[in-house]
Amino acid sequence: MLQNSQMKGRARTLAAHAILITYTIIALFPVIVIVINSFKTRNAIFRSPLSPPNSETFSLVGYETVWNQGDFVLYFQNSLIVTIMSLALVLLFGAMAAFALSEYRFRGNSLMGLYLALGIMIPIRLGTVSILQIMVASGLVNTLTALILVYTAQGLPLAVFILSEFMRGISDDLKNAGRIDGLSEYRIFGRLVLPLIRPALATVAVFTMIPIWNDLWFPLILAPAEETKTVTLGAQIFIGQFVTNWNAVLSSLSLAIVPVLILYLIFSKQLIRGITSGAVK
Amino acid sequence: MGSLKLNSIHKSFGSVDVLHDIDLQVPDGEFVVFVGPSGCGKSTLLRIIAGLETTSSGTIEIDGNIVNAQSPTERGIAMVFQTYALYPHLTVRDNMSLGLKQAKFPKAEIAERVNMATTMLSLEDYLDRRPAELSGGQRQRVAIGRAVVREPTLFLFDEPLSNLDAALRVNTRLEIARLHDELKSTMIYVTHDQTEAMTLADRIVVLNQGRVAQVGAPMELYNNPANMFVAGFIGSPKMNFINASDVGSSKAATIGVRPEHLSIDTKKGDWKGSVTHVEHLGADTNIYVNCESAGPLTVRLFGEHSYETGQMIFATPQANKVIEFGADEATLQ
Repeated sequence: MLQNSQMKGRARTLAAHAILITYTIIALFPVIVIVINSFKTRNAIFRSPLSPPNSETFSLVGYETVWNQGDFVLYFQNSLIVTIMSLALVLLFGAMAAFALSEYRFRGNSLMGLYLALGIMIPIRLGTVSILQIMVASGLVNTLTALILVYTAQGLPLAVFILSEFMRGISDDLKNAGRIDGLSEYRIFGRLVLPLIRPALATVAVFTMIPIWNDLWFPLILAPAEETKTVTLGAQIFIGQFVTNWNAVLSSLSLAIVPVLILYLIFSKQLIRGITSGAVK
Repeated sequence: MGSLKLNSIHKSFGSVDVLHDIDLQVPDGEFVVFVGPSGCGKSTLLRIIAGLETTSSGTIEIDGNIVNAQSPTERGIAMVFQTYALYPHLTVRDNMSLGLKQAKFPKAEIAERVNMATTMLSLEDYLDRRPAELSGGQRQRVAIGRAVVREPTLFLFDEPLSNLDAALRVNTRLEIARLHDELKSTMIYVTHDQTEAMTLADRIVVLNQGRVAQVGAPMELYNNPANMFVAGFIGSPKMNFINASDVGSSKAATIGVRPEHLSIDTKKGDWKGSVTHVEHLGADTNIYVNCESAGPLTVRLFGEHSYETGQMIFATPQANKVIEFGADEATLQ
């Protein structure tokens, strides 16, 4: 009996691992293909796209092209500014709205919550034409501000939704203890609530950051000028209607993975660490 | 100083009335316990006194000043919560001193007050730990320490012992009693546990469905309950209620006898019945009897007694310990 159940348990573990490994391979496959091919000569890319570079096929020509052609340092800088600024605004405003929704009783509270969450269901790209008109009217076309504003709006609904759920989970006693100790509502928000929802903030940050970094749509429409190009848009210069410089495209994409990977590692560390334990039994 | 006066406090959430016309006066230095079943409004009343909840009508006076519009800090109260509510990211020392730092006390005085509180609660060894590294009892002592350092006019306790296990509960209860003796401050304590209420209180306020059922010293409530609710709530096991007409009493609708005021005899007595269950607690023996006339009764005998299930016995109430209640459930004098 015991052995039987042990075997069953092991089989289950194996099955779980098999599924997870399969998923990991599927998810990582395109990334790996991009990265290994970015280090190969053009011929090698087409001859055997799945083999890793060897002494014969190894080439940095793609990276050299990216370095020499196009202002990629500027593109990276633009992408980072847009992503980090939008992220900061989404987290700040999202957390503030979530705090108000979860903490205070006021007329229309749940209606307001629903309204703020509506954006999760309606894609912001449906409003592209109006957004473009607004940006033209306010003279923000070809500025990073335009992108930051749009991405903040795009990220807020999910942030408000997730963060308000988390904030409802924080014990009222803790906030009341702060009130009795004379903390202002701002300090209760900043000093008590925010540290406790750090894992949720990290989750929201990851989910918000990746679509912004990867987005091609809004940079193409709102800020296609040379000095405001983002990395994803910058990589497009190597893709032509008739000729595509695959070495350069793959190299620029490989480079574009690095910063977002670093940001992800920073947040995921926060994500794993739960510091709520011990706050409340 | 720390006297409290509540004038016809009324509170409703939407259309639900949770407190009706609560009047209460607490002189300086008294230990008052609010007790009642869950949902009776006792915690809401405490939160109203603390300033964490507004009243729908009525006024709260602390030391003669009406404080309805003041924040918890301005009222000079301190509160200990059931869930401890310690700041998880701060050390024990910082947890205790945050309120004082916020009020811009000089550093030396903060240190002195924290020292005093830690000595009083024997927390010296834990000052630099975080709440997660403490046991439940230690956490609650830190929470009490956080209240003590503020030297408040009023101490408020919201079921502080409910999350502790039985042994710690008795220890912490003694600690709170000792604290009251040392500090001589006014304390208001909410609990649903009548043992805590009886052991700690100078005066008990029994609440039932948002109304004050009775206010009095513990023994007064035990000996002279104002109505059936208080009679049933105070005392364990619960008072026996017997339909008066079943046992041939005249003016009362119901009569009440506490289990410890019944005696048992195998040969003669007032109410004949059979034993349905026996609980041996060592110091006491609880005997459940189904009487022919009086219905089911609980009898509490001191010491060890051997009765068997199904045995026929007679239960007799002590003559002057029977309480009579009228049809409106109020005690008949």
